[in-house]
Amino acid sequence: MTAVLPQQRTLTYAEAVREALAQAMEADERVFLLGEDIGTYGGAFGVTGDLVHRFGERRVRDTPISELGIVGAAVGAALAGMRPVVEIQFSDFTAQAMDQIVNQAAKIHFMLGGAASVPMVLRAPGGSGTGAAAQHSQSLEAWFAHVPGLKVVMPSTAADAKGLLLAAIDDPNPVIVLEHKLLYKQSGPVPEEATRVRLGETAVRRSGGDVTIVATGVMVSRALEAAGQLAAEGIEASVLDPRTLRPLDAAPIVDSVTATGRALLVQEAPQTGGFMAEVAAAIVESSAFGHLRAPVARLCGLDVPIPYAPQLERAAVPQTGDIVRRARELVTTW
Amino acid sequence: MDLTKDADAARETLRTMWTIRRFEEAVDDLFARGLMHGTMHLSIGQEAVPAGACLALREGDYITSTHRGHGHCIARGARIDAMMAELLAKETGYCRGRGGSMHIADVATGNLGANGIVAGGVPIAAGAGLAVSLRGGDEVVVSFFGDGAVNEGAWHEGVNLAAIWDLPVVFVCENNHYGMSMSVGKAFKVDRLAERAAAYGIPGVTVDGNDPQAVHDAVSDAVHRARAGRGPSLVEAVTYRWKGHSKSDKNLYRTREEIEAWREQDPIVRFERAVAATLSDADVAACRDEARDAVREAIRVANAAPDARADSLADAVYAGSEA
Repeated sequence: MTAVLPQQRTLTYAEAVREALAQAMEADERVFLLGEDIGTYGGAFGVTGDLVHRFGERRVRDTPISELGIVGAAVGAALAGMRPVVEIQFSDFTAQAMDQIVNQAAKIHFMLGGAASVPMVLRAPGGSGTGAAAQHSQSLEAWFAHVPGLKVVMPSTAADAKGLLLAAIDDPNPVIVLEHKLLYKQSGPVPEEATRVRLGETAVRRSGGDVTIVATGVMVSRALEAAGQLAAEGIEASVLDPRTLRPLDAAPIVDSVTATGRALLVQEAPQTGGFMAEVAAAIVESSAFGHLRAPVARLCGLDVPIPYAPQLERAAVPQTGDIVRRARELVTTW
Repeated sequence: MDLTKDADAARETLRTMWTIRRFEEAVDDLFARGLMHGTMHLSIGQEAVPAGACLALREGDYITSTHRGHGHCIARGARIDAMMAELLAKETGYCRGRGGSMHIADVATGNLGANGIVAGGVPIAAGAGLAVSLRGGDEVVVSFFGDGAVNEGAWHEGVNLAAIWDLPVVFVCENNHYGMSMSVGKAFKVDRLAERAAAYGIPGVTVDGNDPQAVHDAVSDAVHRARAGRGPSLVEAVTYRWKGHSKSDKNLYRTREEIEAWREQDPIVRFERAVAATLSDADVAACRDEARDAVREAIRVANAAPDARADSLADAVYAGSEA
C-alpha cells in the first residue's frame, strides 16, 4: 500500500512563512501580526505581502518604529489572551527590544510561579549576504538561546519555515524565529495543509559515514552543497540541521557522531560564544566522546562585524568551499 | 463617587490604605529582624494612589505594577496571605518563591504583574489594551509607574502606541519625587510630568496623590474615557515615599525636614479627617483594626506554610512542561 503524501507544491521560503501566518490567522482569531511596514508595504522582505488585504489593518498592524514598544505590546497582548506574532524588520533591531524579550517575555511564566504565560512569536530575519553591513546582517541566535524561557528556531527550508512557524504560534511560550534573508527567495516543496514541524527535532538532511556536519540557517544548504562535492571525492558526509536551537535535540547529533567519529560544526555567527560551542559540548559530554576519531571542529564566522564590500562580506562567513576544505582536512588528517 | 460621603466607599478606602500601611510596616519589621530575605521597596506614604485608582476599576479590568507594587496588589484585591507567603519564600506564595516582592501578580484580579524593570509594564499595558481592543471588549488597563519611568524609552514607546491606537489604558504616574536618589527636579525640565501627555496627543492631569478622592476622580474620568473607546490618558499623582528606595538607602539625597514635612501630609490621617462626618470614631478604629488583624493573620498563615521547593525548578521555566 502506498502512503498518501500530503499535497505539496513549490513555494519560496517567504511564501511559506506567509502561508503559515495566513493559516494561523484563519484558524484562530487570537492570532494577529505586529510590525514595521508589514501592512500595505508588505514587509521589508515582502514576507507579509498581501496579508493586510486579506485580514485587515487591525490584525496585520503596522507599527511605528518602536521595537521595544512593539515587543512589549506583544507581551501584554499575550498575557491578556491573544497570540501575537511580531516581525522585527532585521534581527539586529532586537537589540532595541531586549528588555521586553529577555527580562519580560522570557521570565514572566517562571517569575509568576506559572500563573501566566506569554504565547508570542517574534520573527526576525538574520544573516549576511545582502551588502547591508554590520547593523543589518548579524546572526544573533546565541543571545536568545542563552536565555531560559525562550525557544529559538532557525528554519533552513521553505517547508520548515512554514511548519516551525505554525508550531511556534501554537506554543504557549515566547518563541524567537530567526529566518534568513538569503533563504527568502529559495524554493522548496511545502505541504498545503497547516502541517506542524514539532519544535525540538533535529533533521538529518543527508546521511554519510565519514563525517557529521551540523549546520544552521543558510549554512545547511552550503553544507549540503559541500557534501555533494565531497562525495565526488569519495568522502561521505552526514548533514544535520538542529532547526530548533532551544530546546536542542542533541540525540541525533550524538548518534551521527558516534557513527562517523568526526564532527564539523558550521555556523554563520562569529565563533566566540556561538551556538556551535554548545553543540560541541553536547557531543563531548556524551557517549560519542569515546567514538571520536578527530577533535570536534568548528567553522564559524570571523569574530568581526559583518563588513560591507562583497568580497569582505564573503570572507567573514563560511562559504561552501570552506566547508569542503575543513571536512576533507578532518577526514584525511584523522 | 464621593469617597468621603459614601460610608461604604469611605470604609473601603480607609481599610485599603491601612492594609497597605500595615502590610508595608510588617514587611519592614520582618526585614529589620532578619526574618525576611532579599530586598523590598515599600510604598508607605503613597497609599492614596492605589486605593483611589483601583476603586475606579471593575472586574475584568487589568493593572500593571512596579517594583514598589505591594499597594497596587492589595488595592486590586490580592490575597495578602499569599503575598506575605511569597515574601517569606513559601511554596504557597503567589509565585511559589520564584518571583518575590518584585514579581507578584494576581491573574484572578487582572493584575498582570509587578515589574523589576522601570517602565517595563508600560508597553505591556498598551499590549493588554490592544488585546481588549482587538476583542472589542470594554475592559480598561491601568498602568502604574513612578516618576523615574517617565524618562525611559519604554514609557514613550508604550504611551505612544496606546495613543495612536486609542487603546483603553490609563497611565498612572506615582510621582514620589525620587527615582531612587535622582530627584524629579534634576531629572525633568518640565514642572509637571503630566505635561508629557501633550506630546502624545492625550489628556494629562496632575493631582494631589495624597488625597484618594483626587486620585479617584482623575482616574475615574480617565477610565470612563478609555471604556468609551476614546483612548488613553495620563494621570500624575504627586506623593512621597517615606522610607528609603530599598534596604540600601541611607537617605543621603534628601533632608530629614523634607521627609517630616511630607509625613505631615499623611494620606491616611488626612482621609480620616475628611471622613469624620461620615464615619464614627468606632468605624475608623474598626478599619484600622481590621487591617492590623488581616496582616497579622497573613503573617501567621504564611509562616505556617511549607517553604518553596527547588525540586520543580527546571520544569518551571516553560509553560506546558510542568509535571
